[in-house]
Amino acid sequence: MSRFTFPPSIPSRPVYGTLAPREAAQHLMVADAEGAEALLDLAAAAPEIMAKAHVIYIPRNAGEALVEKLRATGPDILHVSPSYLASVPRLRRVLSDTVMGAQVYLAGTEGLIGQAMNEALQAGIPLAAIQTEHRGSVARRVQCVHCKGITEDVMTDPFVCSHCGLNLFVRDHYSRRLAAFQGVCIDAEDPGEVPEPVELYK
Amino acid sequence: MTIQFNDETFRDDYTFRNSDWAIKRFPFPFHEDSYMYSVNMEQHRGGPEGSVFEKRFDVDEHYISEMRDRAIVLAEDPLRCQSLPHMTLAGWDLLELIMVSKSEDYPDLFELHRNGDKWRWINKPLGIDDTFTFMDDASLPYGPMEYITRQAQGDFAVLDQRENNLWMDAGMVTTQADWSLDFDIGMNFFEWHAPVPRAHEMGVFKRALKFLLNIQQGSPARRLNWTMTVNPLLDTSPENYHKWGVQKTSLMPENIGRKQHLRVELQTFYRLPRSNALVFPIRCYLIALDDLVTVPKWGRRLHRVIRDLPEDLATYKGFIRNRPMILDYLSQYDDGKPTSPGIWPDLETEPPLEK
Ligand code: HEM
Repeated sequence: MSRFTFPPSIPSRPVYGTLAPREAAQHLMVADAEGAEALLDLAAAAPEIMAKAHVIYIPRNAGEALVEKLRATGPDILHVSPSYLASVPRLRRVLSDTVMGAQVYLAGTEGLIGQAMNEALQAGIPLAAIQTEHRGSVARRVQCVHCKGITEDVMTDPFVCSHCGLNLFVRDHYSRRLAAFQGVCIDAEDPGEVPEPVELYK
Repeated sequence: MTIQFNDETFRDDYTFRNSDWAIKRFPFPFHEDSYMYSVNMEQHRGGPEGSVFEKRFDVDEHYISEMRDRAIVLAEDPLRCQSLPHMTLAGWDLLELIMVSKSEDYPDLFELHRNGDKWRWINKPLGIDDTFTFMDDASLPYGPMEYITRQAQGDFAVLDQRENNLWMDAGMVTTQADWSLDFDIGMNFFEWHAPVPRAHEMGVFKRALKFLLNIQQGSPARRLNWTMTVNPLLDTSPENYHKWGVQKTSLMPENIGRKQHLRVELQTFYRLPRSNALVFPIRCYLIALDDLVTVPKWGRRLHRVIRDLPEDLATYKGFIRNRPMILDYLSQYDDGKPTSPGIWPDLETEPPLEK
C-alpha cells in the first residue's frame, strides 16, 4: 500500500491530508510516483473534475502503468515529466495564469509536495486552495546545515551529504522555504563514530 | 563610568575575560534554586544602576571585540545576515531605534545628529563617522539592519507580524545558541520553536506569542534564557557545529572551571514604529564557572539547578555528556545553605561558602 501514517512530530514538520474534490473552474494536479494513486482516487470520487484538470506527473520509478491509468481518467491536459526539476518551468507557467478559485492538488513524495507548494504560494495561490497527500516513498529532501547543499531522496539516518561528504543525522525540523529537513553532522563530538544507517521510520 | 574595552578573542586562543565589574553585573538567570520553562517576561524599563538591564542596549567591555568577531563570522558566511525583501522598512526602524537609544544612553560613546533626513552617526569605540540619508538604502555601505547590527552586540531577529503570528523574516545571527537563521528564516513563531522540548505541551509558546503580539511601541519587554558553552565561543552555530562540537570533549576536571561557561541571553522585545515589526535582540553574556562561583549565592544555586534539571532539557541544551563533570565541580561550591530569592549576587548579605 502506498499510504504511510507518520508518527506525531514537532510543529515545523508538515502534515499531509487526503485529497478531496472541490468545486472550481480549474484544477491543477502535480504528482510524482505513487502520488498518481491519490489522483486516481480523486478522479474516482469526482470524475467530472478531470475535464477541467491540468495534470503534471513525474513517474520516477513507478512505471508506465500509472501514466496510462491517469490518462484513462480523461484529464484536460496530462503532462508527463522526467523529473521534478524539468517540470518547474511548466509548473510556473501554468501557475501564472490560474483563475480565481483554482484548486491545487499535490501528491507523492514530501520533496515533490514541499517544492510544488512553494511554487504555488509564490504564484499567489492561497494556502487554503492547496491540498496535499503523501503517497509512496518516505524519503526526505534534506539540507546540510553545514555546506547548505540539498540531498534528495534521503532514505537512511544517518546519511552522507551528497555535497560535502559529512555524515548527517536527519532532524524533524523542517523549512517550508527550503522544502527540506535539516541534516546535522552526527559525529562532531566523537569524530569517526558514525552509527550504522537505519532506514527512516524502520 | 567609562568602559575599558577589552582586546580579546572568542575563538582559537580564546583570550576573552570578564573583569570584576563584568562578573558582578553578570545577568544570572535563576531567581530560585530550580529551573523550568515558563513565560518569564517582564517590562524592559531599565534596572539597577550599572546592571545590564539599565540601558536599552547594554554596551560593555566586550563591545569592540564582539563586533570584530561578528565581522569574521560574516566574512566566512554572509548567510548569517539575511532580510527578506519586505523587511527593509523594519531595518530602518531598527537603525533608528539603536542609534537614538545608544546616543541618548551613552552620549560619550555615540552621537546622532539629525537634520531632516540627513543623519550623521558617530560611533567612537568603533571609529565610525558616517553621514547618510535616512530611508535611502544607497546612502549606507550595507542594508540598514546589517549596518547597525554590525555595531550592536547580540543577535537580532526581526519579526514581521501578520495572520496573528510572528514571522522571522530578517535577522543578524552570529552569537546564537545552536540555531540557524538561514534555515529558520520565513518560519512562524511555532515553527522556529519546534525543536524545543516540553514548552509547546506546557502552553508556554501560545501564551508567549499572545504577549508578544500585544507589545506596544515604547513599552519593550525582556526575558532571560540560558545554556552552557565550552570555551567562550560566541559562534555556536549549527553551521559550524562540525568544527566546534568536538570542543565539548576537551573538558577535564583540571580545566573545567576555566573552560565551561554559563551562557545567558538577555532577550528584549521592541515594537517598531513604521513597519509594525517586532525586533528581538538576543544579547549573549558568557561567564566562566571559576568566575561565577566567586559569588557564593550563584555557586550554590547553579549547582542545584544543573543537578535537578530534567534530562530532556540538559540534552536539548547540549551539555548532557558533561553534566556529571560539571556537577563534580559545582558541588564544591554548594554547602547546602539556603539562598536568597532573586537573581542578584547579594554579596553583602549572603553567607560565605563554608566547606
Ligand atoms: C519573537 C521572538 C523570539 C524569537 C525570534 C525566538 C527564537 C528562538 C529560537 C531560534 C530558539 C531555538 C530553537 C531551536 O532549537 O532551533 C528559541 C528557543 C527557545 N525559546 Fe524563543 N524566541 C522568541 C521568543 C520567545 C519567548 C517570548 C519565549 C517565552 C517563553 C521563548 C522561549 C523559548 C524557549 C524556552 C526556548 C528553548 C531555550 C533553551 O532551552 O535553551 N522564546 N527561541
